[in-house]
Amino acid sequence: MNFDFSDDQKQMRDAARKFLTEQCPPKAVREVLDGRATYDKALWKGLAEMGFLGVAIPEEFGGAGAGHLELCVIAEEMGRANAPVPFSSTVYLAAEALLLAGSDAQKQKWLPRIASGDAIGTLALFEGKGNPSPKAIKLQASGGTLNGVKKPVPDGAIADFAVVAARTGSTGRDADISLFLVDLKAGGVEAKALTNVDPTRGQAELTFKNAKAEPLGTAGEGWSILTQVLDRAAVLLAFEQVGGSDRALEMGRDYALDRIAFGRPIGSFQAVKHILADMYVSATLARSNCYYGAWALSTNASELPEAAAAARISATQAFQHCSKNNIQVHGGMGFTWEFDCHMYYRRANATALTLGSLSYWEDQLIDRMRKKNAA
Amino acid sequence: MNFDDTPQEAAFRAEAKAWIQANAPKQYEEELRKSSLGRTVLKGANILEVAKAWQKKKADAGWACLHWPKEYGGRGSSPIERVIWQQEEGPFGKLSGMFIIGHGMCGPTMMAFAGEEQKRKYLPPLASGEKVWCQLFSEPAGGSDVAGLRTRAEKKGDDWIINGQKIWTSGAHYSDYGILLTRTDPTVPKHKGLTMFFLDMKSPGVEVRPIKQASGQSDFNEVYFTDVKIPDSQRLGAVNDGWNVSLTTLMNERMSIGAGVATGFPELFDFCNSLMLEDGPAIEDRSVRSRLANYAVKASGLRYTSMRAISALSKGERPGPENSIGKLVAGSMVQEVAMYALDLQGAAGVLSGPDDAEVAGKFQAMLLRAPGTRVEGGTDEIMRNIIAERVLGLPGDIRVDKDVPFNQIPTKGRT
Ligand SMILES: Cc1cc2nc3c(=O)[nH]c(=O)nc-3n(C[C@H](O)[C@H](O)[C@H](O)COP(=O)(O)OP(=O)(O)OC[C@H]3O[C@@H](n4cnc5c(N)ncnc54)[C@H](O)[C@@H]3O)c2cc1C
Repeated sequence: MNFDFSDDQKQMRDAARKFLTEQCPPKAVREVLDGRATYDKALWKGLAEMGFLGVAIPEEFGGAGAGHLELCVIAEEMGRANAPVPFSSTVYLAAEALLLAGSDAQKQKWLPRIASGDAIGTLALFEGKGNPSPKAIKLQASGGTLNGVKKPVPDGAIADFAVVAARTGSTGRDADISLFLVDLKAGGVEAKALTNVDPTRGQAELTFKNAKAEPLGTAGEGWSILTQVLDRAAVLLAFEQVGGSDRALEMGRDYALDRIAFGRPIGSFQAVKHILADMYVSATLARSNCYYGAWALSTNASELPEAAAAARISATQAFQHCSKNNIQVHGGMGFTWEFDCHMYYRRANATALTLGSLSYWEDQLIDRMRKKNAA
Repeated sequence: MNFDDTPQEAAFRAEAKAWIQANAPKQYEEELRKSSLGRTVLKGANILEVAKAWQKKKADAGWACLHWPKEYGGRGSSPIERVIWQQEEGPFGKLSGMFIIGHGMCGPTMMAFAGEEQKRKYLPPLASGEKVWCQLFSEPAGGSDVAGLRTRAEKKGDDWIINGQKIWTSGAHYSDYGILLTRTDPTVPKHKGLTMFFLDMKSPGVEVRPIKQASGQSDFNEVYFTDVKIPDSQRLGAVNDGWNVSLTTLMNERMSIGAGVATGFPELFDFCNSLMLEDGPAIEDRSVRSRLANYAVKASGLRYTSMRAISALSKGERPGPENSIGKLVAGSMVQEVAMYALDLQGAAGVLSGPDDAEVAGKFQAMLLRAPGTRVEGGTDEIMRNIIAERVLGLPGDIRVDKDVPFNQIPTKGRT
């Protein structure tokens, strides 16, 4: 047993942190937050050049072929930096779906373009309110075309292609759902940007009108593939959440050491110290759950579904807890647009919903533990 | 990152498993499995005797105090082997409760500060459970503020004469030896006038009075010292350096990580699986699932946090203050879990005891024991202070008594 990242992986984390500290300072995040850009194009290009976009994509498809543990350490740094780029939708969702279910030709077509930063991808799953569920998918597929509306679609307004979940049957079972690949630039799809709580991560409505689509994976297996994609993305996004939690804790700690009230640093007041100690506790529990998820993801262990749900829940809670209390420790300053606290608060609460909400994953976790117990 | 056993670890696991299979007191397995925090009862047997016999058997076969050096009664095992042993020992590990203080704190302190001859004399019988040790630190005037203690030690020739009172001493009523923190100089600031000893609990002048706990049991005691004589050779560390010695003890307490602090979660999960509510099994209820999931990720988070710590230990890193997280989280969780398990039982949750309550009253017993868990070995607040100050680097609390000679510090309250 060795429950830690290797020295090489830690070096990669350091390299990613250094790169993002330089290339993605809060000023850059604000360009997108304030609406001056839809995402940070220069950063996206830089990430491609560093090899980070294709880190878990095999070499034969233009990636670095390093693996998912490496992707986890980079994800953590993306979360720390609050990077305003379509990394999670492209790399965790679209690329993972292709890797899991794509034909050789589909992989050849899209994966090298993902790795080189030439294509942005996403997953079009939700159709309004609610959590992932085959029943909620109404968008129709027939004769190689799609008709219907998806929203919210993460980074949908800037994406080049989407993996789309559509209805192909009417038996009322999971097997009614199939996945499709749609080139969003080929016509038949209208994208509209939607406002959302975290402007550094766009959300969109995609309207499909006889849009040309090619099947991704076997027809009728869409739901089972989706479940696997969501589990894998849950682990990766959890690392982003842990990175964000740690950064929020650090910001709170630094401010508490700096700010003087009643003649002493506020960090010397026990009430403040205990807030920060509890932030540390939640971030640490989440990190540990994530490490287990990383191991399960990288070895494709049978524990993955349970580990992914645990990582997801724990990291969602930690990021929400740390980002809200970071504002509290900052007092009035924390509630200004000027200070960076709200960027993490926004990201924490948006991320909490993007793969299905906290209560959805709680339900999943207990379901999975129960199945394992019964087995 | 690898969760699987290495070939050596697998071999160790197989050996441990086979030995446990052949030697453990199986007749108690079912009862031990059902026991939980606050309730370890063996019907028709004296648990002290059963525990001592199991410990002795382990020691004779080289399975006691795995991480201790062989010459002191241990096995010289790696931290990971220790975890493997705990996993394989399973419910039988619950028998070692009475040895935790001796093995986790007194032994390591002896190892660091006693003379070689003393170590060879006292440590092997401690490892084998033949002799039980206790820790005599807390006093009415010194709990969280342990350096506020008043028990006096005065030098007379080659001996020290002890007078004073300790309190909340777990297991003092069945202990053979104890480590004792005393005040040897009241004219200097409180941390600078303490000295540590070990002593025979049967020494003349030592009087142990059991205290009845809030849970109704009596696991801890008051201990009175009247002119108790301790030879200078039983001093641990330098005169007036007892604070540093006690810090070693407390640091070693953190080595007890991996022991898997009780969270109550496995018990709650099983309970929700079997408990029938009006609309079916409790576990099928949405709100129950949400609560369970919250506890589940705390419990797994703790488990993997201790595995990360063990990975760090096996690479030669020292256990640090970050390990305070285990007790802090588990302590309040076990209390919440107990309350929730009672809530699920509705009106009948109020019943307690093996005969009248659901699942033999294990959650009621857990509820009544839990408040102590959040106090013993440092309160929740002290744990948070440690994390804030020693992990996050925040300023220490303002100490009005820091540079004041101990005998000039104002006192009020319990004395
Ligand atoms: C079941 C059990 C077993 C025990 N076994 C042993 C044993 O074997 N040997 C032994 O020596 N002792 C033992 N103890 C004693 C234990 O270590 C003390 O009870 C504990 O350290 C707290 O001290 P206290 O009881 O004096 O509480 P106090 O120190 O009086 O604390 C009262 C309250 O004030 C808070 N408080 C105190 N100081 C601070 C501070 N600086 N900042 C914030 N809050 C503060 C505490 O958190 C607590 O809420 C045991 C206790 C229990 C409950």
